[in-house]
Amino acid sequence: MARKTIKVGYLSRVEGEARLELSIRDGTVRAARLAIFESPRFFEALLRGRHFDEAVDINARICGICPVAYQMSTVHAVEDAFGIRIAGPLRALRRLIYCGEWIESHALHICMLHAPDFLGYESAIAMARDHPQAVTRGLALKKAGNAILAKLGGREIHPVNIRVGGFYRVPRKRELAELVDPLERARDLALETVRWVAGFDFPRSERPYTFVALRHGREYPFNEGRVASSDGLDIPVRAYDAHFEEYQVPHSTALRSRIRGAGHYLTGPLARYHLNADLLRPVAREAAKEAGLGPSCRNPYTSILVRAVEVLHACDEALAILADYEEPEQPAVAVEPKAGVGHGATEAPRGLLYHRYVLDGEGIIRDARIVPPTAQNQAVIEEDLVEHVQRSLDLPEEALRHRCEQTVRNHDPCISCATHFLKLEVERE
Amino acid sequence: MAEAQTGRRRAKKPRLAVWKFTSCDGCQLTLLDLEDELLAIAEALEIAYFPEATSRPLRGRYDLSLVEGSITTPEERERILEVRRRSRHLVAIGACATAGGIQALRNFADVAEYARIVYARPDYIRTLASSTPISDHVPVDFELRGCPIAKHQLLETVAAFLHGRRPHIPTHSVCAECKLAGNACVLVGAGTPCLGPATRAGCGALCPSFGRGCYGCFGPMENPNPPSLSDRLAALGMEKETLRRFWRSFNAGAPDFRRESARHGP
Repeated sequence: MARKTIKVGYLSRVEGEARLELSIRDGTVRAARLAIFESPRFFEALLRGRHFDEAVDINARICGICPVAYQMSTVHAVEDAFGIRIAGPLRALRRLIYCGEWIESHALHICMLHAPDFLGYESAIAMARDHPQAVTRGLALKKAGNAILAKLGGREIHPVNIRVGGFYRVPRKRELAELVDPLERARDLALETVRWVAGFDFPRSERPYTFVALRHGREYPFNEGRVASSDGLDIPVRAYDAHFEEYQVPHSTALRSRIRGAGHYLTGPLARYHLNADLLRPVAREAAKEAGLGPSCRNPYTSILVRAVEVLHACDEALAILADYEEPEQPAVAVEPKAGVGHGATEAPRGLLYHRYVLDGEGIIRDARIVPPTAQNQAVIEEDLVEHVQRSLDLPEEALRHRCEQTVRNHDPCISCATHFLKLEVERE
Repeated sequence: MAEAQTGRRRAKKPRLAVWKFTSCDGCQLTLLDLEDELLAIAEALEIAYFPEATSRPLRGRYDLSLVEGSITTPEERERILEVRRRSRHLVAIGACATAGGIQALRNFADVAEYARIVYARPDYIRTLASSTPISDHVPVDFELRGCPIAKHQLLETVAAFLHGRRPHIPTHSVCAECKLAGNACVLVGAGTPCLGPATRAGCGALCPSFGRGCYGCFGPMENPNPPSLSDRLAALGMEKETLRRFWRSFNAGAPDFRRESARHGP
């Protein structure tokens, strides 16, 4: 009986630590496991007994690549518990800082982590020798996203300015105006990036995903919306627990997510695009069309293209917010703690990020639940692996190993985020 | 002399490695966030091991190892010994690597209880009862503080080790930076609780510049006086329980902050 096990010992160019295992027997892929050996940090436990204001800063530390997403889901969940709604310029500023994070995180993934797979390099630094323009363009884009984070949040990683009710300090009009020039340049670079990526040689694939993303109705979603799926689910965020569940399977120690009574689902750029493509800014919609993207995209290898389209959207959206910005009277609305349960979901660069808090009358957290996108996507990543490895079995081992890594990186897994991943024992056949 | 050094560098670039232990990836991301300098750094030294950025495998020895993250599992306790063996210079970067990070809050709690809260099957968890800094396990050549570290301090540190000198990193408090930034004191002026007087500089007095008090993410300054600051905060009306939490966050494991938080509760 021909049996082989392929192991990728340390999956590189992802955020966090993971290992990949595939079992192949008699020419059939039996199992694919994305083993995470990121050590648990117990955020949901250490949040108990902390004040909601502290949770905003603590949760940023779940992920250095997408801290704003964690801060945003936190403030929206707490505001939901207190019955606060943020409108006007404060709401616009939240969308603006989220634009910065999408640009920064997507540019990092597209140019530094994922593109080398398509062009055959071990890293962006190695790629820079032959494609200097592409790499410097990626770095310039990333820098433009980071400039928004630094201007509005104080720094790129773990910004200090986001709070429940709004911000600690809001920028003056003329301070924000400094972002216009770099973002106009970034928008041009983003369009070039879409065109560059569109020319890659994408492996063919058509996956039967169920997509899950926020749907807002009037805007491509960042902070707000209902939770929607490609199968017709359409619920308010507070009904998340009634429709989604986390579970453990015997062969794995990781918590996964599924739609109750249905199955696994994918969240992230492909899902957002499927459910909201008509709400992209016209310049991004146009670029998507020119790049050959239809109204839906089920080829995971082209997720890099959708990410590029989202960067273009975020640059244009940020510029629109800057053009309309009026300084709010107060940096934050009044916050009155109230005992209760709050739910929040926002669109992290990697997908839907759900938080739920039980708070007491003093604003102290009594219970916390955080469901990061990578935990939701893990089952689908493994299903992708089984499918693609099956079709690539005749590749030489090294090429097959590389294809596996690329398949995982399609979903830009952020393993540091995925607080629900546990260490797996290596199964040796 | 300068020429000789350049010549040597041309012959063989110093090898840099970036290692991750228990952390959020933010400090190593700081290296990639040096958008203007990254390609120049890649010219000056060989980025020999950096799994977040490159798929090149581990081999040989490294001239400079940047270590992110704290030690929280038995496997990590072994791995850091290997990293030390392979590294000529080892620099711990960030609050996790220098003080245990936010995950060191477990050091004040029962980790088995923590595991039960988060995981349906806590028996699968293999973790240590405490989160500890790198220096608890191996000799460390330099510690760069911050949650996250500051870009300019990372650049200074890498440059210093490339040239065989000590990094110029201040150990005084945030207050000095705050004065230089021209901020009105949030503690004295607005009565806003601020850890700046006991916290090490490096961020550029970021939080006071945004009208909020410092929350201590760069850890203790050299020779701080935390009890005196606590007295001041108590006089502002901060309760014991809040004081304990205030000192106990991203650098909860740093001895000066740990001792002070313990004075205000278990």
